[in-house]
Amino acid sequence: MAEEYKAPLPNPTPDSKPFWEGARRHELRLQRCRTCSEAYFYPRNVCPGCLSTDVEWFTASGRGTLHTFSIVHRGLKVTPLPMPYVLAVVELEEGPRMMTNLVGVPADPEHVRCDMPVVLEWADVTPEATLPRFRPA
Amino acid sequence: MARDRLHEMRGRVAIVGAAESDEVGRLPGKSALMLHAEAAHNALADAGLGAKDVDAVLSTGRQTANDVPEYLGIRPRYLDNTQMGGCSFIAHLQHALCIVEAGVAEVVLITHGESGASRVGMGGGDRFAPDTPPGQFEMPFGIGGPPTRYALAQARHMHEYGTTREQVAEVAVSTRKWAQRNPRALMRDPITVDDVLSSRAIAWPIHLLDCCVVTDGGGALVVTSADRAKDLRRKPVWVLGTGEATCHSIISQMPRFHVWDAAVMAGERAWAMSGAKPSDVDLAMLYDAFTIVPILALEALGFCKPGEGGAFVANGRTAPGGALPMNTNGGGLSYTHTGMYGMFLLVEAVRQLRGECGERQVAGAKTAVCHGTGGILSASATAILSTER
Repeated sequence: MAEEYKAPLPNPTPDSKPFWEGARRHELRLQRCRTCSEAYFYPRNVCPGCLSTDVEWFTASGRGTLHTFSIVHRGLKVTPLPMPYVLAVVELEEGPRMMTNLVGVPADPEHVRCDMPVVLEWADVTPEATLPRFRPA
Repeated sequence: MARDRLHEMRGRVAIVGAAESDEVGRLPGKSALMLHAEAAHNALADAGLGAKDVDAVLSTGRQTANDVPEYLGIRPRYLDNTQMGGCSFIAHLQHALCIVEAGVAEVVLITHGESGASRVGMGGGDRFAPDTPPGQFEMPFGIGGPPTRYALAQARHMHEYGTTREQVAEVAVSTRKWAQRNPRALMRDPITVDDVLSSRAIAWPIHLLDCCVVTDGGGALVVTSADRAKDLRRKPVWVLGTGEATCHSIISQMPRFHVWDAAVMAGERAWAMSGAKPSDVDLAMLYDAFTIVPILALEALGFCKPGEGGAFVANGRTAPGGALPMNTNGGGLSYTHTGMYGMFLLVEAVRQLRGECGERQVAGAKTAVCHGTGGILSASATAILSTER
């Protein structure tokens, strides 16, 4: 039997709820400003490019590159993956960056490179919460 | 804004009192507020002033702006609880400059107290609660403490510039050499680059000896106008330039991981106000929560070009006897790091500029730059201090 998932989970707020509801459906929902066309993440009700409130949701491709990473060896009591694991910042092909985990590759700097292509993989970690993870493309 | 008026305030206020808590290190017998109070008492005594002289209190921690004044029995006319992380107290120095120049206050007390190791009287409050941006968009991916997140900047710096862990480790080695000259430092045994590289991995590329110590302690400053400074017992340390900036709050939003934009902005503001340049500096006090941080700061502040920070610190350039004395107290890496360490940068700079540093004194030190990080490279504050104006 799988062990109970104990790592921190998000408590969505009104601005972020569409993102986390999209995650449950395995849709990567981002926002775009209708005024300046900037796509952005994390979710908010104003555009961080121009402060317009005229913003819309869209579904991203799930493709991107590994912008930077660290390999976590110790220091946490509860972790989303067994240590060592790759803490990652992915740059989505639509432009925004997001924190995530890189899976499907040894957690070793010999095997993980900045700018490597990556692709989204959803993780249904509890019946209520789904987290975006990425693996090498 | 077309142009700020800060340049008109160059050399108009001075630090006239500076002190730390009686001890720094592991102090389970003292709460955070006790450390604020001890440092405030010591700094006011250093200035030859009393609580009744203070008309502004600038401080931060887990408390409200009311808590430190109440604990000290001071009723200030100006309160400031600006919380931008470890560099807050350097930003407070800029705020002190502004309020003294505006005539809102004449004698400003800035305090820091933190039970970072023993966690006594630290209160609650979770900035990473699950309904905050970091709680929703970083915590679920296993960020834990600061090392995992600072490592993201170091990894990209290594990728962009070819910086090596060996180069970065030099910062720990040089800083430890300064700590050996500071009897109050927590870590005083000599270390080598190999020791740093082979210490246990925390969050690659950051290993244990790339990380600051975790301690308890406090510090405080007394700042006043040039007029008031004339009659006080201490030779004034003049504030020539200050700057503060933020470029993100949570690390995943950092605009460029290999360039510390907040530090570039804060530094440019401080240099412009002061009229000084890096080559004028006798002492650099650059916040070293991790070994990569002073390297990013050396580049951002213009001591070297972007990407050259790793080469810059080679061959003991920042160690005792090197061309640029850096973190002469032994830094956050080896001396003390309470959590918001920025106050200790300022106190050490004042001591050096007054010539009080004994075995680690930088001979003839006249001008110092203090530069801090707040959050995870989120904010920066810079101050340029001098014995002359």
